[in-house]
Amino acid sequence: MIVAVAKPLEDIVAMTDRYDKIILAGCKACVAVCAAGGEKEVQLLASALRMARKTAGRELEIREVTLERQCDPEYVEQIRGFAGDYQAVLSIACGVGVQYMAEHYKTIPALPGLNTSFMGGSLEQGVWSERCQGCGTCILHLTGGICPVTRCSKSLFNGPCGGSSKGKCEVSTEMECGWQLIIDRLKALGEFEARFVELFPLKDWSTSRDGGQRKIVREDLKQ
Amino acid sequence: MKTASRLEKVLGQGEFAVTSECGPPRGADPDVIREKGKLLEGVVDAANITDCQTSVVRMSSFASCLILKEMGFDPILQMVTRDRNRIAIQSDILGAAALGINNILCLSGDHQRFGDHPQAKNVYDIDSIQLIMTVKKMRDEGKFLNDQELTKAPQLFIGAAANPFADPFEIRALRLAKKVAAGAQFIQTQCIFNLERFAEWMRQVVAMGLHERVAILAGVTPLKSVGMGKYMKNQVPGMDVPDAVIERLKGVPKEKQSAEGIKICIETILRLREIQGVRGVHIMAIEWEEKVREIAEGAGLLPRPKV
Amino acid sequence: MRRSYPTNVKIIRVPCTGRVDDVHLLKAFEQGVDGIYVAGCLEGECHFLRGNLRAKKRVGHVKRILAALGINPERIQMYNLSAAMGGRFVEIAQEMTERIRALGPSPVKTGKGKEFVEGQGEEKKQ
Repeated sequence: MIVAVAKPLEDIVAMTDRYDKIILAGCKACVAVCAAGGEKEVQLLASALRMARKTAGRELEIREVTLERQCDPEYVEQIRGFAGDYQAVLSIACGVGVQYMAEHYKTIPALPGLNTSFMGGSLEQGVWSERCQGCGTCILHLTGGICPVTRCSKSLFNGPCGGSSKGKCEVSTEMECGWQLIIDRLKALGEFEARFVELFPLKDWSTSRDGGQRKIVREDLKQ
Repeated sequence: MKTASRLEKVLGQGEFAVTSECGPPRGADPDVIREKGKLLEGVVDAANITDCQTSVVRMSSFASCLILKEMGFDPILQMVTRDRNRIAIQSDILGAAALGINNILCLSGDHQRFGDHPQAKNVYDIDSIQLIMTVKKMRDEGKFLNDQELTKAPQLFIGAAANPFADPFEIRALRLAKKVAAGAQFIQTQCIFNLERFAEWMRQVVAMGLHERVAILAGVTPLKSVGMGKYMKNQVPGMDVPDAVIERLKGVPKEKQSAEGIKICIETILRLREIQGVRGVHIMAIEWEEKVREIAEGAGLLPRPKV
Repeated sequence: MRRSYPTNVKIIRVPCTGRVDDVHLLKAFEQGVDGIYVAGCLEGECHFLRGNLRAKKRVGHVKRILAALGINPERIQMYNLSAAMGGRFVEIAQEMTERIRALGPSPVKTGKGKEFVEGQGEEKKQ
């Protein structure tokens, strides 16, 4: 899922300071799963923002809504009926959702309530970890199913650097060395000789963000 | 085809090579390099200039190498892949060769989290092994990475780093093999304090026949004090400083510790010369460059041979 | 036991403090409540195994939200006691009442601005 984390409350309070009527839009997809922007988080944030306003002797009207997703036009359109009554949309979907709000509702500002961080999964309840950088050319079959782009801090392709120590990355002892993981896995799969000895060719980064904003078109699915 | 590198010639003659390094200044003063260079005159076959080591901004290796070259040194350009993409890398390779820099050390580079600009974007377009491949392709095939011909091939003696003390230990010789396969001709290792572990690594390296395909220069660093020893032991990743070394330093009074550190360094060099496959030494006396001559002298490495 | 406790304490019964959600706690403060305490079973003795531990974490979370809003996080507390500890129940009610009295009415009610600055731990005098 896309993993995001709530912006500090002070920042959101400051961001919404000039508005008295806002929509607070949550999302039931990724951000709900990582407990950052789902229905519950909408309720909590709305309550907190109203409390902040009351403490300052003012009022803040919040229309709370949680959409199925904010990355499909049909769902984002669901607030069309009342969007015009409000001064801003505070979206606690991921960065995609905030931008969809901005694109669909051109006359009111779309504000981000989250810091969208990475593509990852849960390790245990309450803990999420990055796994994919969206490089556009997946090579997981060559590295035992562990991504060197994401899990090696330097995105190396030919094995660990000299800073790998006891299975940990030089950047932090809490970070695993991606290449240690890859080597262990390749050995467990009996693929070590086949995969590790060969020189890995240079990565084509043009399919990644580096090549510019990406778009995927399925002609067979278009109307 | 051989390059104009003095280091390559010394090794080619079967001599035990000596290299050292200079850390450039955190400012635009070229005299800092000149003064460090003076301390190394007649002591080394080639001198490295580090490339924003530990991700701390310093005068560029490229510029500093030129200053050393003017003084008559054979400089070794250190290039990390952390800060530049393949376009800039190929460009700098051409530039270095054009200005008569004969040696290049290919590194990935310390992660910027260590340095003074941790907010920087890191590049790592290619890794150190791919950098070696790049230099080799440009030099031996006369081609850019996209297979287009370049007009005049850069002549550079290709080096790489090796750390026998990083984990996982059992693949370190294999990783060296990859660097050799990519085109590395000389290696400078991380500084050695644990001779047993280094000897074990060399045994694996020799068993794979790598010592005949690449010249291994063993890294040494003199310890100034117990504090420095402890810092390197505990705070620097991939460094192995045995307790025995720290204890030996502790055993002498504080004002004598730096002299003892020099002694240990000289003894280490003499022991390293005995190990099969070690073809030189790389003396890293960071911010203590004035001691390199003393160490080289004490280890019987002077005068340097004529080429 | 026939002990009495302060009349300003309103009890809301739940089958387990694990049932209490952060949203309930925050909304109560939003509506002008001056203080909340969550009284759960002794740790290790939760009938539903870990409900009281969840409640403890949620109280902690709400404390952080209050602090970020400039409201003294002391206004919400977690207590642990068993059903048999009548005396302790009264003690807690009195302790909490005194604490909230000292803090004064909630700034959400008064609208006079923040009473607390994060990191300094000191109350600002109104």
